[in-house]
Amino acid sequence: MNDDVVVPAKSPRRMAYERFVSHRGAVVGVFVLTILVVFVALSPFTARYGVNEAVQAPPNYFLSPRANAWLGTDDIGRDLYSRLIYGVRVSLVIGFFSAVISVFLGCLIGAVAGFRGGMFDDIIMRITDLFLAFPFLVTLLVMRNMLGAITWLRPITGDLSSVRFIIVLFAIFGWMSVARIVRGQVLALKEREFIEAARAVGASRWYIVRRHLLPNSIGPIMVALTFSVVGAILSESTLAFFGYGPQAGAGATSLGILVGQAKGAVNTGFWWLAVFPCLALVIIALSINFIGDALRDATDPRMVKDA
Amino acid sequence: MLKYVVRRLAWSIPTLCFVTFLVYVALRIGTNPVESYKRINPRASPEKIAQYIDVNGLDPNYVRGYFRWLVNFITLDWPRSIKGSREVAPALKDALANTLRLGTAASVVGITVGLLLGIFAALRPGGRRDVAVNTAAFVGISIPPYVSAILFQLFFAVYWSRWFGSTLFPTSGVYPPGQTGFNLGLMIRHMVLPTMVVAIQIIAVYARYMRSSLLDVLSSEYMRTARSKGISERRVLFKHGLRNALIPVVTIAALDVGSIVGGLIITENIFSYPGMGKYFLSAFGEGDFPLLMPWMVLIVFSVLLFNLLADVSYAWLDPRIRLE
Amino acid sequence: MPTPILEIRNLQVTFNTPVGPLVAVRGVDIDVHAGEMLAVVGESGSGKSVSFLAAMGLLPRSATVTGSALLDGQQLVGMTPKQMRSVRGRLMSMIFQDPLSALNPVHRVGAQITEMLRAHTKMSERAANARAVELLEIVGIPQPGDRAMQYPHEFSGGMRQRVVIAMAIANSPKVLIADEPTTALDVTVQAQILEVIQRVQVQFGTAVVLITHDLGVVARVCERVNVMYAGCFVERGNVHGIFEQPTHPYTRGLLASLPQTGVGRLVPIAGFPPNMLRPPSGCAFRARCDHAVEACGSAIPPLVPVGESESACIRASELMGRK
Ligand SMILES: Nc1ncnc2c1ncn2[C@@H]1O[C@H](COP(=O)(O)OP(=O)(O)OP(=O)(O)O)[C@@H](O)[C@H]1O
Ligand SMILES: [Mg+2]
Repeated sequence: MNDDVVVPAKSPRRMAYERFVSHRGAVVGVFVLTILVVFVALSPFTARYGVNEAVQAPPNYFLSPRANAWLGTDDIGRDLYSRLIYGVRVSLVIGFFSAVISVFLGCLIGAVAGFRGGMFDDIIMRITDLFLAFPFLVTLLVMRNMLGAITWLRPITGDLSSVRFIIVLFAIFGWMSVARIVRGQVLALKEREFIEAARAVGASRWYIVRRHLLPNSIGPIMVALTFSVVGAILSESTLAFFGYGPQAGAGATSLGILVGQAKGAVNTGFWWLAVFPCLALVIIALSINFIGDALRDATDPRMVKDA
Repeated sequence: MLKYVVRRLAWSIPTLCFVTFLVYVALRIGTNPVESYKRINPRASPEKIAQYIDVNGLDPNYVRGYFRWLVNFITLDWPRSIKGSREVAPALKDALANTLRLGTAASVVGITVGLLLGIFAALRPGGRRDVAVNTAAFVGISIPPYVSAILFQLFFAVYWSRWFGSTLFPTSGVYPPGQTGFNLGLMIRHMVLPTMVVAIQIIAVYARYMRSSLLDVLSSEYMRTARSKGISERRVLFKHGLRNALIPVVTIAALDVGSIVGGLIITENIFSYPGMGKYFLSAFGEGDFPLLMPWMVLIVFSVLLFNLLADVSYAWLDPRIRLE
Repeated sequence: MPTPILEIRNLQVTFNTPVGPLVAVRGVDIDVHAGEMLAVVGESGSGKSVSFLAAMGLLPRSATVTGSALLDGQQLVGMTPKQMRSVRGRLMSMIFQDPLSALNPVHRVGAQITEMLRAHTKMSERAANARAVELLEIVGIPQPGDRAMQYPHEFSGGMRQRVVIAMAIANSPKVLIADEPTTALDVTVQAQILEVIQRVQVQFGTAVVLITHDLGVVARVCERVNVMYAGCFVERGNVHGIFEQPTHPYTRGLLASLPQTGVGRLVPIAGFPPNMLRPPSGCAFRARCDHAVEACGSAIPPLVPVGESESACIRASELMGRK
């Protein structure tokens, strides 16, 4: 054969990778997040003070940024830089775990709803409709209190003010949007001939899920996963901002708690207390959002940039 | 069409009842109204407490209690708030009026600017302004409202007056303390910052929807047909493109009301703006059941209303949709 | 011979793609004479649509068009968008392949036709409406008055294609480009649509360029045929001449792949069309050609007269004898 007729074949994975790295924001996002994760993981070395430690003997409160407190100090003289590292750690843990749990639940419930159809499907979809239409913050607050009041759930949820509680709470919400996506994929897939063919030759349902559903849905699921991470981080800080997040007891902190403290600081002009936590939150959210966007571009072959 | 709307409205009544029942149960478990009452009024006599339980439908049996509450609610026999024993209806009405004003201003600004930016970006996909709008929109959705609110406050409440010696945009309330009576100028100045905070969210979301929707439309066959007629590019875009592009945007818009309300709640709280959000957060913090329930009913109702509105405008935009 | 109404010379179209320039049309010459029905055939991706979209000025910004296209003496290549708009829909119009998506779903059918009328004439709205109904009647839509008030989704595929035709002929254009107007329709409807096109060709004196894959259709309704392969014309001439005695191996392959040629079995052409990102040197068909020789690779062969028709095969006369 004539060799100039041959088109260089690229594997789909390779093409997805190329599309991903062509998203400049996402590349920067991965870079920033990697640095953050390293910083947080190495907090014994990167943080300069303990979570509850004052930078110097009083007077040490509301110090503006300086050599022994790079980002200034808070109302009781703690180093904002070190506390940001601890705070980001808590926020990333919450984001990661609640996203993983809710995506897992969402896949399970969505797949069952899609395959089974009928009553179960109807009920699940009604519930998600209801919850997704209602103002999220209101639902979150009411559900938080409700969950906290149910004493027999305590062994699972942990204490109302604990990080575990927040993760469980977010998982209870997070599965819904994922379940919708997976259900949609299942329904679309059911229509396709090769599934019928697989059925006809007696393939088991589990085989179909593993061989067809998962490979086809992995893209949207990954995208949902990244967006749930952002969602959880932002929700945690919203709750914390209004005093409903994990409690600051024993000096523990989270991005939300730090941003919440910023609220009290603005009117007095201690700008560093407002600016740095806000900046950290926005940078994390933006990085993950960019990554999610690039993943969507990369895994959705219909999305072709430029006409 | 009218028949459809009437039927949908009729259907929304059982939905409303069902959802408010869920809300009722959730609030009773979550806020423990009786305990809250005792906490706020520690010296209340047993008779008072019994009366409170009765008028609010706080019967230990949820179903019976709910119907008791419902009857009182429908007959407009609303119990007073547990804190300060205030009348609920006037408080709710004021809050609603303030929120509607803020919400409308923010939606009008947000939707208009968002749609325009989306169109602007979609006209040259991959071009410099597309990238700029897209990036800005991403930054917008990554900034939670309390962050922009705090930064605005810091800038306008502290630094502006420090640098320029005057207040440009006040950062709290609807009027300065002591102001009585109506003053449009003052009101607008107080609304600028909260409006901007909410609008930023809306702009970011709508610009993205509009951009992707219009991109889909621009690559469709009928746009080529339209262009092959020899009509002006502007006419092609406005007459043939926009209406089609708006169809999916409208559907998503109705579903988005919830998140706008969420943004309002946060913003109002930070700017001490006396609206529905501030009302909710303080009532929720106190566990004030008599204040919370009517608020919830109103929210559920508006969610249903916006869904209906979306379906109607959807059908109005898209002749392929028949409302049955 | 009279001067052609549409005269295309050495038309070249290059798409600027992310992976490099893609030469979709590599220097084609076409003459369309007033009132005739001319066929353009060729495999998918050979550049049929792109050639005429280029003449209509309907290609995306990523396309570069060079060469010349004279419509009734006016140069179309390099026209300003404004001049181009006054040509499109008035002197030359186009019908697309998929009638299901060619009409705007949110506007009434009648309004879509009147828009075409009013874009180029100073017709009153009333007169335009009346004319739109007339046009619908011409293309064979029953109860055209009521139908004009309906939306595209209320029409069947064949009916929609009639609407598209009515729209295209609204201003009695000199040239009508029908880009696979029947491909998306089922067989019985195809015949009706062709009949409508033939009727307007006669009634309006419009020259029709029929782009198609369907050689059966070509044999039935066209006088002359152009065969396109990989962005070039490889053969052109009288339909009957070419069908009886194809001079280019590609045309022969095309005809052999037809079930109704009498051979009784379908012989698809082996191999695939070349990748136009890196077009081959010389004759583009040589990789799939049984008769290819060394010389085929040296230059793109020009069309030269062979018997009744013109052929771009350097061995045309030699092979003709052999058949
Ligand atoms: N907008 C575009 N950008 C890049 N390449 C394009 C574009 N439009 C068409 N092409 C390429 O130009 C070549 C010719 O396409 P064209 O649509 O003219 O084929 P065709 O002969 O009409 O095929 P079909 O019979 O399938 O309609 C193809 O290789 C196609 O990939
Ligand atoms: Mg084509």
